Amino acid sequence: MSSIRLSSVLVLFLLLAFLSACEEKTESTAVSAPAPQTDVNVPAYGDAIVDGSIGDASTMLPALASDSSSRDIIGLVFNGLVKYDQDLNLVGDLAESWDISPDGLAITFHLRRGVKWHDGRPFTAQDVMFTYELMIDPKTPTAYAEDFKQVDKAEVIDDFTFRVTYPRAFAPALASWGFSIMPAHLLKGQDVTTTPLSRRPVGTGPYIFKEWQTGQKIVLEDNPEYFEGRPYISRYVYRIIPDLATMFLELKSGGIDRMVLTPIQYERQTHDQEFNKNFKKYRYLAFAYTYLGFNLLDPKFKDQRVRQAIAYALNKEEIIEGVLLGLGRPANGPYKPGHWAYNEKVKPYPYDPDQAKQLLAQAGWRDTDRDGFLDREGRPFEFTIITNQGNKQREMTALIIQQRLEQVGIKVKVRTIEWAAFLKEFIDKKNFEACILGWTIPMDPDLFDVWHSSKTRPGELNFVSYKNEEVDRLIDQGRYTFDQDKRKEAYRRIQELLHEDVPYVFLYVPDALPVVAARFHGIKPAPAGISYNFIKWYVPEPLQKYRLTP
Amino acid sequence: MNGPDLYSDSWRRLRRNRLALAGGLVVVSLFLISFLAPWLAPYDPAFIDVTSVLEGPSPAHPFGTDTLGRDVFSRMIWGARISLKVGFVAVGLATLIGIFFGAVSGYYGGWVDAVVMRFVDLMLCFPAFFLILAVIAILEPSIWNIMIVIGVTGWMGVARLVRAEFLTLKSREFVLAARALGASDRRIIFGHILPNALAPVLVSATLGVAGAILTESALSFLGIGVQPPTSSWGNILTEGKDNISLAWWLSLYPGLAILVTVLGYNLLGEGIRDSLDPRLRE
Amino acid sequence: MLGYIAKRLILMLPLLIGITLVSFVVIHLAPGKPTDLATMMNPKASLEAKQRLEELYGLDKPLHIQYWNWLKRLAVLDFGRSFAPDRELVLTKIGRRLPITILINVLSMALIFLAAIPIGIYSATHQNSLFDRGTTVFVFLGFATPTFWLALLLMILFGVNLGWLPISGLKSLQYEQLSSLARFWDRTAHLILPVLLSAFGGLAGMSRYMRSNMLEVVRQDYITTARAKGLSERTVIYKHALRNALMPVITILGLSVPNLIGGSVIFESIFAIPGMGQLFYASVMSRDYPTVMGGLVIGAVLTLGGNLLADVGYALADPRIREARP
Repeated sequence: MSSIRLSSVLVLFLLLAFLSACEEKTESTAVSAPAPQTDVNVPAYGDAIVDGSIGDASTMLPALASDSSSRDIIGLVFNGLVKYDQDLNLVGDLAESWDISPDGLAITFHLRRGVKWHDGRPFTAQDVMFTYELMIDPKTPTAYAEDFKQVDKAEVIDDFTFRVTYPRAFAPALASWGFSIMPAHLLKGQDVTTTPLSRRPVGTGPYIFKEWQTGQKIVLEDNPEYFEGRPYISRYVYRIIPDLATMFLELKSGGIDRMVLTPIQYERQTHDQEFNKNFKKYRYLAFAYTYLGFNLLDPKFKDQRVRQAIAYALNKEEIIEGVLLGLGRPANGPYKPGHWAYNEKVKPYPYDPDQAKQLLAQAGWRDTDRDGFLDREGRPFEFTIITNQGNKQREMTALIIQQRLEQVGIKVKVRTIEWAAFLKEFIDKKNFEACILGWTIPMDPDLFDVWHSSKTRPGELNFVSYKNEEVDRLIDQGRYTFDQDKRKEAYRRIQELLHEDVPYVFLYVPDALPVVAARFHGIKPAPAGISYNFIKWYVPEPLQKYRLTP
Repeated sequence: MNGPDLYSDSWRRLRRNRLALAGGLVVVSLFLISFLAPWLAPYDPAFIDVTSVLEGPSPAHPFGTDTLGRDVFSRMIWGARISLKVGFVAVGLATLIGIFFGAVSGYYGGWVDAVVMRFVDLMLCFPAFFLILAVIAILEPSIWNIMIVIGVTGWMGVARLVRAEFLTLKSREFVLAARALGASDRRIIFGHILPNALAPVLVSATLGVAGAILTESALSFLGIGVQPPTSSWGNILTEGKDNISLAWWLSLYPGLAILVTVLGYNLLGEGIRDSLDPRLRE
Repeated sequence: MLGYIAKRLILMLPLLIGITLVSFVVIHLAPGKPTDLATMMNPKASLEAKQRLEELYGLDKPLHIQYWNWLKRLAVLDFGRSFAPDRELVLTKIGRRLPITILINVLSMALIFLAAIPIGIYSATHQNSLFDRGTTVFVFLGFATPTFWLALLLMILFGVNLGWLPISGLKSLQYEQLSSLARFWDRTAHLILPVLLSAFGGLAGMSRYMRSNMLEVVRQDYITTARAKGLSERTVIYKHALRNALMPVITILGLSVPNLIGGSVIFESIFAIPGMGQLFYASVMSRDYPTVMGGLVIGAVLTLGGNLLADVGYALADPRIREARP
């Protein structure tokens, strides 16, 4: 028996030794030179930034890329005709300016002169034409052809003028030309699925592709001839680290310079002095929202009062507190505060369980058998909320909702399903009662794909089967005009209607929580986030960490 | 020695083995805890309290709280059910299937052996994880589906081991003697050879239990374990990993629980093996 | 013996075809097609775009035609192209990740053998000693502790706090600027934690089997005879007992061969190692059929080969089995 005791002491000792190791204040081995006397506000060229990502890119050809990691790299290597500035206004990128014809049907882009591809050849309107033709080519396996297929006619007026004509004035069209332009001289005649350009891209952007070690890192180098000016940071390294806990350790030890923090990391693990000396945290509303969607074909959810009751029964602040540690805001529509289409007059449903019970009673749900749960015509009020596996935040949201709904007498079961099966068997086939999902908030406020009643076929995005004629009309009003005021009016009214109808209970907009090593200066948080002026970030000479051999 | 004497004699020896008893105690406690969970757990393991997220151990919460403010102690108690089930059902299934195929294959030899071994080869070619992933995509990731898949994909090693033992043992004197005395095949297999062949099987089974519990925790890590809000030691550990320097209690307690359970099963298993070993008889 | 090996090799072919058939059916049973995943939940993708993609990948054809097409190409060792957006050759994708997985697994197995066999022998010959009890607890610690958790703990200790070892990945960022010797050390340093952890987890199995078998063997009559003959204990243990105790060890060796090419997705995730585990997992989740099938076929070939080796090993080690050949 004594050797058991000895063994257990040994075990305990080992565990304690390990634990004491991790309780130690992490003396960051991140590089931080002492604050120098020289002026740190002088932008300097040089150094490298190491970005952490959980996923690797899959292809660097804009036509084929659909995942966010690929788009991260493509965003630095390519340009579109237009882009968004720090206040989310559409401004020119490869296009210096554009004119919209009086009838709204044609957009003429005046392209920048003197822009060169990374291989030295000049950028011209032929490249834009080629990109357009490539995207609408049936042999191109792309998911993004829709916007381009709306075009009636595309013409190259001269080397630096490109015109597209649409059958109707179509506001989202302008934004759709933010799509990356691809080099005609390198891709013409090539099979886009086997071209080496997928792995060695050539673009016009601020960074030039250097190398890609699959699964490990992608390296880009600055483009000295970039038309907006040479970027200050000489090298960009995209490091792939699939696990967030590991990534955080790499951040603390200086292995990476930038990552996106989870709420717990932001709130609870990064408050010590050491960390704040070496890193700067940022916080802004992300471009996404999470919602509880009802299957409107289900008889339980057909009554508007039931949906409103559920909205009253939920405490959004509680969800934000529990899931995001308070780092987010309640959502009450498909837009977020700061977006020009956002209707600040639409107030979210307050947490009011009594009101909820009243509405439910009005709709015929009462607890007639005194079992604690509501019932109607002998059937208890119960349903299943489904969400996809692997998303902890959605899972936690579902559980908090389950608890709150129980308090008003509704029994909820939570089920997480593998993503592909989730989409195929449950969402597509409308084989669900309620779901927790999220949408990104697009820069252009067009709502057609998600809210129009025609988009309810299997595989389309209005899978809750929402049908409101007035909303349909307003959606059309919003998209077929370039008049920003008219658009704003339509979208504001839509938000009021969505608020009344409650096809979703809009839950929250999380905060984006990037953290960057302190040596990087020039970061200016704005509604668009912090990356919009990435080429203007710099590291003052004395603080530079990576000296790059030529 | 005929059948009944062998087993009762082993039982007597097992009772005298203190380490094995300690192991047995652990296993029995596990049973009791899972059985009595509704009465033992101070809180509802699914009760969410967002105001007490990730709190350390305190009088109110002896094992602290998790990311949703749920009481970890209660979740550990209910989680014992999962670990127990996974250990027994998954490994029990694997062991039974493995013993059956291995014994038949090793004893009869010839074409029976060839067919069974090729079947084993076939099964071995499928990585267990692939099958588990596929099953979870096809069916719901309920704890029963997961256990059955772990069991059905884990018997091959046992089968091979048992077969190897049978191949060695069947030409031993005591078998020849039994046959000469007119014992039936079934009797020889189960009464004579099997108890002697059980040694590596027991070792394998006890390791298998640990493996099954860890597989469950791996599945929780990947997000395809038991359905929320069910708690398992594996999914508490996974939360612990994400908060490793912040909430040590989420790692320590399930980790210790798994360790103690594994040791317990192992000591019991080794004890049973020692007690069945005819050569250790006084 | 040779006839036996030949017979087994011939049998491998129909077995392989059977395996591919079962794999094909199983992966297609899982709902969702790769094109679905690329286009669903994407406001910019229309149903027409999805159908176009399906045609391009040949997914609109009936299942048995798809299987037959795949099998035909496999006959000329053409594993096809992945359905992931990168559309690379399956062999290229696998070939890129296989070496690192094999390297880590081989190193880990070597370490396990080097450690487990002596531990097993010594524990058996000194049963219930402090060493025996101590190593029991130690190897079980290794086995029972989930890798991902221990990995992070060690990363914090050696990577963040002490700064002795790198935290994750295979190479440092400045790798290209290092001298050859520095490069060798850099790679080694990155492999230390993964290989050690991998070995630590597997140590229990091997050493317990070794110990268990030695315990049995050591009590056999022929050992008593050898001792009675006056042979030194050393000869008794190493020459006579060890040979017989190694039998199940050979089994395990044979069973470990397929694991050489299978990585653990969790392990690779934590250490940011681009290995086969991640590739396989991602392919199953995104229904990248060609990559999944390619991985399974290569794995099957290795498994069948490994089993054959194990069986031959048995026969060589134990003459009685040679007679009992089926």
